[in-house]
Amino acid sequence: MNTNNQLKNKHLWWRAGFGPPATEVTVLSKQKPEALFHSILKASEKKPDFFDCSDPQIKDLVMGNQFMGPGKMGLLKPEEKQMIRKQSVLDITRLNIRWLNEMTDSPAQLREKMSLFWHGHFAAKTINILYDQDLLNTIREHALGNFRDLLMNVSKSASMIQFLNNNQNRKGHPNENFARELMELFTIGRGHYSETDVKESARAFTGWGTNLQGDFDFRPRQHDDGIKTFFGKTGNLSGEDILGILLSQKQTARFITGKIYRHFVNEQVDEEIVNALASAFFDSGYDIRRLMTSIFTSSWFYDQKNIGSQIKSPVLWMVGIRRQLPMEIQNPAAQLILERLLGQVLFSPPNVAGWPGGKHWIDSSSLMLRMQIPVLINRSAAILSRPKDDDDIMMGMKDQALARNLIKSRNAGAQLFQTKIHWDEYIQNFNGIKDIDIYTAIRDLLLQKVMPMNEHELAKYIDESSRESRIQSITIRLMGTPEYQLC
Amino acid sequence: MLINRRKFLHLGSLATGTLMLPKFLKAFETPAHAMNGNKVLVVLQLSGGNDGLNTVIPVRNDIYYRERPGLAIARDKALSLNADAGLHPSLTNLKSLYDEGNLSVLNNVGYPNPDRSHFRSMDIWQTASNSDEYFNSGWIGRYLDAQCNGCSKPTQVLEMDDMLSLAMSGDQMKGIALRDPRRLYETSQDPFYKDMLEAGLHEQPEDPGSYLYKVMAETLSGADYIFQQSKLRPSTTVYPNSEIGKNLKTIASLISSDINTRVYYVSLGSFDTHVSQQAKQEKLFNDLNDAIKPFTDDLKANHRFEDVLMMSFSEFGRRVGENASGGTDHGTANNMFLISGGLKNKGLLNEMPDLSNLTEGDLNQHLDFKRVYATVLNKWLQADDLKILGRQYEHLDFI
Repeated sequence: MNTNNQLKNKHLWWRAGFGPPATEVTVLSKQKPEALFHSILKASEKKPDFFDCSDPQIKDLVMGNQFMGPGKMGLLKPEEKQMIRKQSVLDITRLNIRWLNEMTDSPAQLREKMSLFWHGHFAAKTINILYDQDLLNTIREHALGNFRDLLMNVSKSASMIQFLNNNQNRKGHPNENFARELMELFTIGRGHYSETDVKESARAFTGWGTNLQGDFDFRPRQHDDGIKTFFGKTGNLSGEDILGILLSQKQTARFITGKIYRHFVNEQVDEEIVNALASAFFDSGYDIRRLMTSIFTSSWFYDQKNIGSQIKSPVLWMVGIRRQLPMEIQNPAAQLILERLLGQVLFSPPNVAGWPGGKHWIDSSSLMLRMQIPVLINRSAAILSRPKDDDDIMMGMKDQALARNLIKSRNAGAQLFQTKIHWDEYIQNFNGIKDIDIYTAIRDLLLQKVMPMNEHELAKYIDESSRESRIQSITIRLMGTPEYQLC
Repeated sequence: MLINRRKFLHLGSLATGTLMLPKFLKAFETPAHAMNGNKVLVVLQLSGGNDGLNTVIPVRNDIYYRERPGLAIARDKALSLNADAGLHPSLTNLKSLYDEGNLSVLNNVGYPNPDRSHFRSMDIWQTASNSDEYFNSGWIGRYLDAQCNGCSKPTQVLEMDDMLSLAMSGDQMKGIALRDPRRLYETSQDPFYKDMLEAGLHEQPEDPGSYLYKVMAETLSGADYIFQQSKLRPSTTVYPNSEIGKNLKTIASLISSDINTRVYYVSLGSFDTHVSQQAKQEKLFNDLNDAIKPFTDDLKANHRFEDVLMMSFSEFGRRVGENASGGTDHGTANNMFLISGGLKNKGLLNEMPDLSNLTEGDLNQHLDFKRVYATVLNKWLQADDLKILGRQYEHLDFI
């Protein structure tokens, strides 16, 4: 038995994807991690399907207004703006579900996992379906491509321009929001730029705007084409120049690599490894695919200290369960309630810094809920917790149609998870495994960390009435442990 | 199956023979009561951006009446506080508290470069950051960190909700969220959890796995502790059946017990009144008004009103001018209520908003909310406000 490879392959599935799929159980111990990585990578290199979850109403309105010039959102009638907003809330829910399904089912696991990382790195919240899905599609397209292209496209996306107020960044009246976050969070990191750099680069981004359709729109008359000095370079610098100068700083590669290491390998950074990775990333001209390949094919990635060392994010945890337990969710919007209760609503990051992650995912409420959910899913049972309101979305409109829908879905918590778990399919994975070895087989499939409670102590919580019910109850119990929160 | 606390602790004691008894369980063995004399803070979050101008009304201000032809509250309808200010007509019980000298008002509270997004501005208030900073921990959570360094008793901070707000989340410690002590107790007392804990409790705080066991242990023993305390001297006063009514009743019962809780956090909302503000704000204020009376009555009857400070806030106020939908849009500075039998300064503690001096139609803030936090942390909770807030703010003298 090559359990060692099994553990390594599961480690790879959890970090380079959303966990091992149930169908892989039998090959998990046979494949070499490197071969597995290359098959995941290959599947992830395909161009992603474009997500379009926007309602035709919105598209018609926006496309029908093409004659309207840049930044003419203000020309929309109030009821048109309200329609976009209301419909967007519903469409973004569909986009959210669409992406969760992609994470669950797509063979392009690394691409979607990287996209989730970039979704938190380039965190924006707009409540405009067109902007949100455009940014996500940009991110998914470049997730494993070149960081330079990714950064350029994100910086010119309607989502980011609106979220960081660059439409209001005009010659003579600079708005520094984008320039500051660009340096603090997106590229070089705090402590590596000055307030003067913020001021000067904000001038370079004046005139960067977006039109109603969400296309990038450069407004020459609002652009400050005076002389700016940024990181020692002086001239009539453009926004593109600023991005180029930031990318020419090795610290940018160091900052991004460090964040990727903490996210994909271990929160405790190994400086030597990160420095070597950062140098190679910089020298490659910011080739993300190559960086991730170095990480996932290195021997240190599989060191014991890196395995089971991370707390799964709510989305990884939820998608991971769906991948391991084949199921049909009859009310998919219920997943958004869980996202909210557990603190990670896609397209709604806490702020531009994204989700802090790690231990921040866990408090007494979120931990207890995570440990109860597998039992509740299994029984299609009610969950009593209620998420907090989101006033940015609800806008106090509790008595209106939109809010009625939202409240309905909020209270849907009361009958959350109408699911059908395809147990037959799952149980097949254990064909050929002797009854006496079943517990170990399930444990080794589900957990990345040794569980202190042993099989004997667990026995009283297991339904021994048949092989099937035994497999079911062991699975549900193990998914409700602290260890299952780790990967 | 019921697991009583003694048994649970006994389990911990047994462990000392073979394992090190984790410090955070030891904490529950020696009760540290918030006894009479120990101050308690109740934070009341008015979620959604409460309209401060229709809460504490500038009844002699022509600009107010000019900017709000549909929404302004007439002078003779407002509950008069002084010549210039009146309370919203629904807040009769708050008016009585004011008359008794148990309610004070701070006006024009906010922060520089205000943000008009609910989430962001709430973040700023809950983390006590400046508007260009992003903190991962809340101010009450950091209070817990500071108070509880090594002692780990998250029951010092309780939120009445199913989800814990960022405000209660520290860098090391996190408070506990609950809607109902009994329900928290029942969901946490699954013997499976206890058995896992028994097998898995060990002390390596740096390891994420151990962190999960630590949170689980704190939750289980905390849930038990809170439930036992809630049964000790439950309030017999009649509260309204609203959510705020139930929550304040739970808080009143816990305050009169021997629990070590120093901070309670409760929310009411949504005050996001873009449309038909009058009816919505009135409904919420009625709920608040009806719940606050039995609450303060309870505290008075138990001789704890001098030790309890209730502080209200909202993530922002609303614009001075009304909008076209009978509502108001997101604004900036706002007022805060301070309710206690132990106030040193009473009444309106600073000037009413200056409506002739606005920034793009919004009120200017004259009092950083972090000064209020610093005052409460230092003078009420006897905590190190500099350490918790990261900066020294000048204290106020209302307590």
